[in-house]
Amino acid sequence: MPETVDLSIFARPRGDGVSQIELALEGVSCMGCIQRIESGLKALPGIVDARLNFTNRRLMLAWRDDASGPAQAIAALERMGYRAHPFQADGAEQEEVRQARWLMKCLAVAGFAAMNIMLLSVSVWSGNVTDITPETRDLFHWLSALIALPAAGYAGQPFFRSALAAIRARAVNMDVPISLGVLLALGMSLVETVNHAEHAYFDSAVMLLFFLLCGRYLEHAMRRHTRAVAGNLAALKAQTAHRFHANGELVQVPVSALRAHDRILIRPGDRVPADGVVIGGRSEIDDGLVTGETAPRAVTTGATLYAGSVNLGGTLTVRVTAAGGNTLIDEIERLLDKAVASKSRYVRLADRAARRYAPVVHTTAALTLAGWLIAGASAHNAILTAVAVLIITCPCALALAIPVVQVVAAGRLFRQGLFLNSGDVIERLAEADTAVFDKTGTLTLPEPRVVNTASIDPDLLQVAARLALTSHHPLAAAVARHASQCRPYDGATEEPGRGVRAMIDGVEARLGSPEFCRIADGFEGADHPGRSVIAFHHGERFTLLTVHQSLRPDAIATVRALAALGLDLHILSGDRDAAVEPVASALDIASWRGGLTPADKVAALEAMKAQGRHVLMVGDGINDAPALAAAHVSLSPVSAADLSQAHADAVFLGERLAPVLDALATARRARALMRQNLWLAVIYNLIAVPVAVAGLVTPLIAAAAMSGSSVLVTLNALRLSRSTKSAAAENRPAAIAAIATEAPA
Amino acid sequence: MNVLVYLLPMALGLGLAGLFAFLWSLKSGQYDDMDGAALRILPNDDLPNEQ
Repeated sequence: MPETVDLSIFARPRGDGVSQIELALEGVSCMGCIQRIESGLKALPGIVDARLNFTNRRLMLAWRDDASGPAQAIAALERMGYRAHPFQADGAEQEEVRQARWLMKCLAVAGFAAMNIMLLSVSVWSGNVTDITPETRDLFHWLSALIALPAAGYAGQPFFRSALAAIRARAVNMDVPISLGVLLALGMSLVETVNHAEHAYFDSAVMLLFFLLCGRYLEHAMRRHTRAVAGNLAALKAQTAHRFHANGELVQVPVSALRAHDRILIRPGDRVPADGVVIGGRSEIDDGLVTGETAPRAVTTGATLYAGSVNLGGTLTVRVTAAGGNTLIDEIERLLDKAVASKSRYVRLADRAARRYAPVVHTTAALTLAGWLIAGASAHNAILTAVAVLIITCPCALALAIPVVQVVAAGRLFRQGLFLNSGDVIERLAEADTAVFDKTGTLTLPEPRVVNTASIDPDLLQVAARLALTSHHPLAAAVARHASQCRPYDGATEEPGRGVRAMIDGVEARLGSPEFCRIADGFEGADHPGRSVIAFHHGERFTLLTVHQSLRPDAIATVRALAALGLDLHILSGDRDAAVEPVASALDIASWRGGLTPADKVAALEAMKAQGRHVLMVGDGINDAPALAAAHVSLSPVSAADLSQAHADAVFLGERLAPVLDALATARRARALMRQNLWLAVIYNLIAVPVAVAGLVTPLIAAAAMSGSSVLVTLNALRLSRSTKSAAAENRPAAIAAIATEAPA
Repeated sequence: MNVLVYLLPMALGLGLAGLFAFLWSLKSGQYDDMDGAALRILPNDDLPNEQ
């Protein structure tokens, strides 16, 4: 069947007859790859430009419209050993990139201004204790004002905007006292400069902005980095569908190009790309990712299919139905809307601190003003002192205290193969006291495995595994995993839904259902739920391979460690009780329920919430999505359905369950450090505020105190990465390897 | 103090030059691929006689 690939929805015209496309690449690991790819592609006819971004593993490809373009480039990459997937940055990622650039520009302006003003300020400070003339000092102050005012007007925008938004919403966030402090410091300094005074605080205001922008930029860079990797993973996972054109021709298109009423072909082993109704063929379907059910379902004309299921048997022709056109997904969408709407907006630790901090600071400043006026000071001096209090309490350390810890913690988790969707996940994770697991694909591995390898002759297993390479069947993939070399046998043919056969060493070999291999029934365990038996037969020799969903390799150890951390563990599964029970007993989890609908899961979580628990939900199926959204905090394995990943707070890579444990341990440690940092900021204020109230703060003291406290808080946050650096370094290759092998074929 | 007449503009000018150089490099995408830039310097393919 001739088949063409249609990538037109990813291509963007660049003008002058050139189009470009972005590709996410797998397998890029070294400098040699960059050269090989770029020079190899540029040698192709019609390719105008190829540039590989090594940081995010994306290739920008430009070609003349009259040439055959990306299809031949992808084929050429395939020959070089790299798999390329068309990629389109989503709106959120583009917005992040734009934001990060803007923050970087603000940071550059603030840095320039801080350096130059400090140059002038140091001269004034040293001049004040020696022989500076008032005229020179005024000149320096005016120059400082000239630099500081426009610089702060530009670089302060991120804070001013956020503070304005908060005030409009009648709330207080950390940016309100920051903006107030900066504006007052600038205003007062300007007045003092006009009055030929000895002190001006331009340096403090701009330095404050510089430090705060550093914190904000770091936070952004962390989010952007995770989003870029998550975007690549999505591109690697993105499937293509085989769509019939009006003229009967079969075209391979990205799933995002599918529309309702399209007719698509689903081959054995394919994942169903979109919801639809079967209009031709019969097969068996594995709904594990949709409902958690592990036993296959037989489908024929008229049956409904859900996106995410796997076709086990024959080839199906399916008509795509409009999104939300079926009852199960409708139900889940409805539950999701409710869960997202009812999710109480979590108030971040930083904002909670700001709510308490801002009133205290502003009251102290007001009291200082009143106190000095009562004590008989001039209005000018009283105001000066009050403003100095506001400057010295401007929450520089407080605003850095939490983001820096978040950045360090997120970086550590990233190296361990866990991507956070937002910064406050760490705080919420640290609060979790109850963990709820889904079974299928979460506690167990997403793909089935051969479980009785120990009792099979290794040579025979090798032959079976190499034969299995030819098959598209998911169960065959479990067998093929054991092949030591990736070379299928020549002349092997697959009979869809039955098995594969080939002539090996002149003797016929068959792998497939027991009937296909002409082996009589009557073996043990065939009727065990969720367990399948594959037969293999080669000449005189034959064997039976038992395939079923096994636990993740470290599930038992991880679950034990979680229990030791004091978490209350539960399993809520959509699979039948008979399939859940053995898993629960193997993991020693007493509280488990099977056969739950998505609504049951949400109800169970709500009941726990009503008891005042903070629930961590770990799940992967589409049926888990509402529960993931309803939980206090949620994690998904990377093999999870897209919908579930979108509603999980973090996604973890690889076959192991350990990232859940790492995440909890790191989050708890990070929260402890955040608290410490907040206390450090408080102690700093306890020392600095009395000095300010007494009217003893000079610009030199303000500058020293502010930078000192910021540095202290940052160093304290860095302890998080230092204390565990060796462990993180060990895990790093594992995480990268996981990224490389993660994309399901 | 006459020295200030040219020292001050010079200091500010140098600072501004640095700022604009940085903004230009940011705009021209030099910070988009930090890891790649570190590797691209390694190959010797710009030396024709190297073999």
